[in-house]
Parts: sequence; structure tokens; C-alpha cells
Amino acid sequence: MIALLIRDLKQATRAGGGFGLGLAFFLIVTILVPFGVGPESATLALIAPGVLWVGALLSCLLSLDRVFALDFEDGSLDLLATAPIPLEAVVGLKALAHWLVTGVPLTLIAPMLGVLLNLPSGGYIWLLASLGLGTPALSMIGAFGAALTVGLKRGGLLLSLLVLPLYVPTLIFGAEALRRGTAGLENTTPLLMLAGITAASVALLPFAAAAAIRVNLR
Amino acid sequence: MSLWEYANPKKFMQTSAVVLPIFAVFALVTLLTGLVWGFFFTPDDYRQGATVKIIFLHVPAALMAINAWMMMLVTSLIWLVRRHHVSALAAKAAAPIGLTMTVIALITGAVWGQPMWGTWWAWDPRLTSFLILFLFYLGYIALWEAVENPDTAADLTSVLCLVGSVFAILSRYAVNFWNQGLHQGATLSLDAETNIDNAFYLPLLAAIAGFVSLFIALVLLRTQTEIRRRRMQAILARERLG
Repeated sequence: MIALLIRDLKQATRAGGGFGLGLAFFLIVTILVPFGVGPESATLALIAPGVLWVGALLSCLLSLDRVFALDFEDGSLDLLATAPIPLEAVVGLKALAHWLVTGVPLTLIAPMLGVLLNLPSGGYIWLLASLGLGTPALSMIGAFGAALTVGLKRGGLLLSLLVLPLYVPTLIFGAEALRRGTAGLENTTPLLMLAGITAASVALLPFAAAAAIRVNLR
Repeated sequence: MSLWEYANPKKFMQTSAVVLPIFAVFALVTLLTGLVWGFFFTPDDYRQGATVKIIFLHVPAALMAINAWMMMLVTSLIWLVRRHHVSALAAKAAAPIGLTMTVIALITGAVWGQPMWGTWWAWDPRLTSFLILFLFYLGYIALWEAVENPDTAADLTSVLCLVGSVFAILSRYAVNFWNQGLHQGATLSLDAETNIDNAFYLPLLAAIAGFVSLFIALVLLRTQTEIRRRRMQAILARERLG
């Protein structure tokens, strides 16, 4: 299992693996927002939590179709499905690998982008906390969406249509936790809800995703 | 005699051929009653004026939008557990109807909201969750369209429907939480039927009965179409072979 994880990480970080694309996309989205809404720092500070969360979510979406597609094309997904480890564990590992190469770097780079958006100084700890808690759910839900569309030729667009509505609760609680934390308000409830969504997704969605992959490999 | 008899497409076609006209006629009668009664023979509300009458379209459509998804959830589960094709086809047949009902509810709500709230749209929990439901319907239908093999499509959409239901309910509560205390006026949406006068309540009941039977008739009709399409594909495939 660890070998599989290392293999996925290597594939993602090598040339052509798309590592860094998500980060660059996040950076560009964040830079474009001030051009769109104007440079007043008060306005930017107001919308910074939402923009950072939406940006992170979209960057996460960008690399989702790669989670299973390459393995499906060269047939290694068939091998993994018949391997001695359960397919549910494979899905979980794939989601973990996706999180390690997108969610974690996104979380780490977000404070720097927060500076660009004039995020108030009290918000940085909550930015790290909410993204750290929420991005695993984004990767896991995304892996489920990727599993549904893995057999399709033009699955990329459909994948976004399927996954974005599923992202709504995560986005609401994540951005709300960050907004309340930034404003100095009590934000335990949204943080706990966010952690709950992550825990439930990681616990349950591998089964749904593995079922979808089995159907697609049939 | 059990419910599962109707999993046989032949039996389903026979029975639905008998039941469908009954529901269609009943839908026509109750819809006409409810809407004509509602639009012409109810008094204007003392604050909302004639705009209150949109309730006779808005409430039944919203009701059916949610119940259509519930029906799809149940039929998807039956498909996953018992592999009855009619069940999967009924779920497929219901989705566009549910989508239409969602759109009707959203549009009538906007038309009512413009004179009453002074805005076509507000990010109120109820409105927002309907918009999210609309997106779920879109995704579900798009997945049906995208997958070529019908059994694969049925399996994948069923899994999506199950997972989607959980997230739809979660979104409903998340949205409530998100906009708590920001918007008043959301509860003006006349959802409390205990508050409504009988003058509106009785025609509303007729309209709801009409929408329910219309939904049943349309689902039966569309399921018949899907079964016929499946049979036609089978015939064509056989001819290609022979």
C-alpha cells in the first residue's frame, strides 16, 4: 500500500504530472480577483475568505480527472482492482495522494495569497485550519466524482458538473469558519461541521467510489 | 400478488396502459379544478393582492421537485439491490420531470418575489437549496446522457443519486446555517399551511393532487417510452447480428 502511495506521488510530481498546475491556477485566480473588484483594501479584506476558499476549491477540481484516468488508460486500474488489497483502500490511497500533492500545498501557499488579498492578521491561523480540515474532503469527494466518470471519453466537464454541487456543504462550512475566525467571532461550530464532513467522506465515500470503479471496469 | 410483479416489463406495460389514462384524466380534472378555482374564485390577499395566487403553481411544483428526487432515490435503491430494469428506467424517466418542477418553482418564486420582496432573487436558505437541487438534477441527467452502456449508466447514476441525496440534505442544513440571521422575510413564503385560510387551502389541495397525479402519469408515460426504446434497441441489435 505504501508502495502504491509512493508510486502515485512520484507520478504526480514528475514532469507532465500536473503538480504545480493547481498551485499556479490558485495564484492566478487570486491575482485576477483584485483586477475584477478593484484595489480597495477594505473590499478585498471583506471578500478574501470567500475568494481564497473558492480558489482552493477550483484548483483542487483542476487535477481531479487525473486521479484514475491514467491508470484506467494503461490498464493498471484493472490490476489494482484484482490486487490483494481491497479496491476501497486503493481509492482511499489515491485520494490521499491527491490531497498530498494538491490540498497540502494549497493550504501552505494560501497565507501568502492572503497577504495579496489583505486578509486581516487574525485570519491566517483560521485560513490554515479551515483549509487543512476541509481539503481532505475535497480530495475524497473529487475521487468519488473521478470514479464515476473514469470510463467516459469527455469526462472532464461532466466531472465538474457532478462534483461542484457535492462541494457545496464543504465550501459553506469552510468559508464560514474562516470568515468568522477572521472577524474574531466564535467559529467552533463550522470548524466541527467541516471536520465532520471530512471524517464522514473519508469513511464512507471510498465504498461508493470503489463500487463506481467496479461498474466502470465491467 | 406482490409489488415485484411489476418489475416484469411486460406486466408493467399491461398495468400502466390501464392505469395511465386514469391518472391522466384525474390530473386534468384536479388541475383544472384547483387552478381555475384558485385563480378566479379566491379572494385577493389583503397584503399581497392577486400575487398570492401564484401559490397554486409554486407550492405543488416545489413539493413535486423534492418528491421526484425521493422517488428516484427509492427506485435507484431498488435497482442496486434487486436489479429490476423497470426501476432504473423509472428513475431515469422521473429526473427531467423533477428538473422541470424545480425550474417552475424557482421561476414562479422569482415572479412572486419581484413585487413582494422587491427582488427576483435573494440568497435565502430555501431559495438557495432549490438552486442546489437544480444542479443535482442537471448532474444526474448529464451522467445518464454521457454513459453509453445502459446498465453501466443505471449503476453509476444510482450511486450518484444515493451519494447526492446525502449531500443534498447536508446542503439544506449547511445553507440554513450559512444564512442564519442575515435574511428575514424568508418565512413569508407561505409554507405554513396552518396559517392559510380555507379559501386558499382547499383549491391548493386540489392543485397539489393535480400535480401529484400529473407527475405519476408523466413518469408512467416516460417509463413506457424508455421500455419501448430498450426493446427497439434489442430488436435492432438482433437484426444486425442476423
